[in-house]
Amino acid sequence: MAKQDSGGYRGAALRLLAKQGVSVGDSVRIATEDGEMSGVLMPRYESASEDYISIKLKSGYNTGILVGRIKSITKLQKSERAKAAKASEITESEGRPKIALISTGGTIASKIDYRTGGVHAALSASELYSSVPELANHASIDPEVLLSEYSENLKPEHWTMIADKVAEKVKNGKYRGVIVSHGTDTMHYTAAALSFALQGLPIPVVLVGAQRSSDRPSSDAALNLLWATVFAAKSKYAGVFVAMHADASDDAIACHVGTRVRKNHTSRRDAFESIDATPVALVRNNVVEMQKSEIKLAKRSENNLVAKTKFDDRVALLKYYPGFDPRLIDHTAKAGYRAIILEGTGLGHVSKECFPALKKAVDAGIMVFMTSQCIWGRVRMTVYDTGRDLLDIGLIPLSDMISETATVKAMWALANSDDAKKVMQENLANEISASIPL
Amino acid sequence: MTIDPASLELKVGFEIHQQLATRSKLFCSCSCEEAQKYDRSFVRKLRPTQSELGAYDPAAMFEFSKMRTVEYHTAFGSSCLVEADEEPPHDVSKEALETALIFSLALHSKVMDEVHIMRKLVIDGSNTTGFQRTMLVASGGYLDVAGKRVGVQSICLEEDAAKLIGDDKGIRKFGLDRLGVPLVEIALEPVTGKPDEIMQVALTLGRLLRASKRVARGLGSIRQDVNVSVQNGAVVEVKGVQQLDQLVKIIEHEMQRQHGLIVIAEKLKERKVDVSKVGERIEDVTDILGKAQSKIVKKILDGGGLFRAIRVPGFAAMIGFEPYPDIRIGKELGKLVRFYDLDGVFHSDELPNYGITQQQVAAVMSRLQASGNDAFVIVGGPEDKAKFASDAIVRRLQAAINGVPAETRAATPDGKTVFLRPRPGPARMYPETDIPTIPATDSMRKALADKVPRSWDEIVDSLAKKYNLNKKLASQIFDSDYLGVFEEIAGMTKVRPTFVASKLTEDITSLQRQGLDVSVLTDGIIKDIFAKLDAGAIAKESVNIIFEKMMKNEAKTVDEAIKAAGASSIGDEELDKGLDRIIDDNMAVVKEKGMSALSTLMGRAMAEYRGKSDGQKINAMIKDKLQKLVK
Repeated sequence: MAKQDSGGYRGAALRLLAKQGVSVGDSVRIATEDGEMSGVLMPRYESASEDYISIKLKSGYNTGILVGRIKSITKLQKSERAKAAKASEITESEGRPKIALISTGGTIASKIDYRTGGVHAALSASELYSSVPELANHASIDPEVLLSEYSENLKPEHWTMIADKVAEKVKNGKYRGVIVSHGTDTMHYTAAALSFALQGLPIPVVLVGAQRSSDRPSSDAALNLLWATVFAAKSKYAGVFVAMHADASDDAIACHVGTRVRKNHTSRRDAFESIDATPVALVRNNVVEMQKSEIKLAKRSENNLVAKTKFDDRVALLKYYPGFDPRLIDHTAKAGYRAIILEGTGLGHVSKECFPALKKAVDAGIMVFMTSQCIWGRVRMTVYDTGRDLLDIGLIPLSDMISETATVKAMWALANSDDAKKVMQENLANEISASIPL
Repeated sequence: MTIDPASLELKVGFEIHQQLATRSKLFCSCSCEEAQKYDRSFVRKLRPTQSELGAYDPAAMFEFSKMRTVEYHTAFGSSCLVEADEEPPHDVSKEALETALIFSLALHSKVMDEVHIMRKLVIDGSNTTGFQRTMLVASGGYLDVAGKRVGVQSICLEEDAAKLIGDDKGIRKFGLDRLGVPLVEIALEPVTGKPDEIMQVALTLGRLLRASKRVARGLGSIRQDVNVSVQNGAVVEVKGVQQLDQLVKIIEHEMQRQHGLIVIAEKLKERKVDVSKVGERIEDVTDILGKAQSKIVKKILDGGGLFRAIRVPGFAAMIGFEPYPDIRIGKELGKLVRFYDLDGVFHSDELPNYGITQQQVAAVMSRLQASGNDAFVIVGGPEDKAKFASDAIVRRLQAAINGVPAETRAATPDGKTVFLRPRPGPARMYPETDIPTIPATDSMRKALADKVPRSWDEIVDSLAKKYNLNKKLASQIFDSDYLGVFEEIAGMTKVRPTFVASKLTEDITSLQRQGLDVSVLTDGIIKDIFAKLDAGAIAKESVNIIFEKMMKNEAKTVDEAIKAAGASSIGDEELDKGLDRIIDDNMAVVKEKGMSALSTLMGRAMAEYRGKSDGQKINAMIKDKLQKLVK
């Protein structure tokens, strides 16, 4: 059996199946020392023990049978391809705003193959509409699959690809907004990357994901996608946003500015929060409710797009902790990094033991920026001796820039400016708050 | 018309859902305790996943569209992010899995080599995820019931659903305290026989589970689904049978209903009715009914509703025909439209009535171009609902020619059944990929072998011996919800176990039969009452009175109940004086009857001192006083 046909089986189980000429999806009868069982051979997950084979019984339950107990396997019927559900026909009516949907991974819309239990992305326009039929009421969606990656596998080079694709859609001119569906783990990094790479956006670019996969009835994907679409279509403002649940209810989604947002929970639907700001908008029941915010947003069509989509990944994000070994700074410097974002304590501190290593790095021409691991609030390095000493060494404080945003910005600044140090301290895309509300 | 179950080939299959008494829920560390009050709430909208769109009956899809908003209520301690579907499930509770394995061994069932956790799609909002997590633990095996061997189909371990706490038409409300409580589901092979013989099967299985001392007790802790079929019928699943005495009635009702529907089908066939013509003509008759002096009609019109009339060729007198009392197609239609939140359905066999006149009936007939052999059904309500409902009515009438439709019905407290939803299509199950599969190794099974419960008979015998109870009382206390508290009281007080057991079984049962609320008698309250009896603070006779006061909600605490009943014990001195007074008052009787006046005096004394002092003691004191007087 070729690798793709093995259905995740390995070792003895794979040999047994190969010998009997049975493959995933076939109906089989399996005789063991305790009797017989019939069912459909199911795939095994790669990480599951290789000593069992999985079948789906007539009752719908899956069960594993120990290979060592199997006396014989008889193939009853060859695998029948499950018939694809007929996609509902949507008549394209004129007048609905056109929205481009770029998929990068994370299945915002998917369907289950009940035969094998596998989940497949459903990304054609008709599949999207049959998954979230209400979408058709709000927009005419133009979907395109760009990447199929878990977001933890995305790298700065992928940000470039995504930014280029968004720029292409924006330049096309026919879209009212662009939606980027994205795995949630690093969605805030990509949001920051797009915010710097695509300045002067004339339309909203909305990143959207799901904390519960879309194969379950309780998925947050549909509501997120639906209200993100409404925001993309109706928002008076342009820029890069992240649209996710505002709380545990399927009610409102919050729209966060791309540089001010962070994933703050591993699993909750409302994992994404605006840092040092309130979300700029809530969307519920087809209505965009702009929130009072210190953040200044650009109006739609106010600007012209300036796309600078390169990133230099020679930036390290180091988190300080009690016992932090200053040699980590030395190693980073030696490894060829051009900038270090140091996530210090409180107002922007690290222990004095780090001073010599930091001085060495700065003297070697490496830019060292300070952010705070407190997540909320600004660094202020003139309040205590330590901060003042660090400023004297040449560390550059980054106000209330989120560490992750600072890391992305440094990668962008290094690739697109001769004076990254200056660029880092300028407020380009609301990454620095003028004032933080109480 | 009486029915012989054997001639109908009555077959009944049980699925028992038994809550387990584990320390934590199946997929998290929350307690299984019922919440006393809820602190927080959130709302969700479930939606069918793509494959479900094609797979669900239109009725089920409609249910979705009408109640997509579900409100969940949570309480600290009994639910966490897992129940809110805000965190992936934890590993399966080891204690719950062990219990399921022990039951499998007790039922001689074959344990799976590797247990796979599945998601079974449930779309009514009772699970925050939109599916119920369930796993097949064992299959096959048997249960011996009074000399008969009943086959076991499967033993599954699954999570209980959230508890419905309100249903305001558009919004369903659920409490999350029950969601995730471990349940063992045991499905038995269908059995034949008389309803009461069949009930023995459920009783025996329930006793076996209880014998393990690993199951929850109390109302709702065991639920039976029953699959009932008769010859030439289809399998009807009845959900939510909570008490065994309800079961016989439900089986009898279903047997009658299903046979009745078959009789109706035979008549329709005799008449050579062509059901494909049902609903060929459907007309709006709002204008005709608008003139009716009918409250129901008026209510629907006031709500902006309309009326649709369906022509039902060849059905004249058949929609109202009752092969058994109250069994008729018309009634089935009434329940069917309730599914769509409608209650305005009329058919020609019951009209003129309800303020609808003969002229109006004639006008409807004429609009439908119906002949004398034809019937009609009118359904009223908001336009979209009326449309869904009339489609469902047409389908139901067409199915009448086949007798019994396969459907899921709900048990009612009075032992009948009502339409709940169409039977789901092929099981919609897919793997729960958040939790790895669990190998059930030989060593695991061997380690549990000595935990397999003893038989019910053995346990009842040992109870009888240990507490010096007769076998009847021992079996009653075992079958009751009070075995645990009984054993505690027997261990902690000097009150005679026989007395405790009879109070906890016969007395409580009799109060319950009077319709009183048994749920207020918590273990804590029961222990408090017997502790007070043990300390001499109340008399034996007061126990029942206190139960009654509390069950009638006339008292919130035991102390309040004692006060309300005037049941606090009186001192010997006070009693002595009181009895002297009673004897003085009745001196004429004493003089006349001598020692025989005892019964009269006893009656008077008990009227005054019942519950305040021990009857035997009063008797002894009066006897003593009398003897002195008569001498």
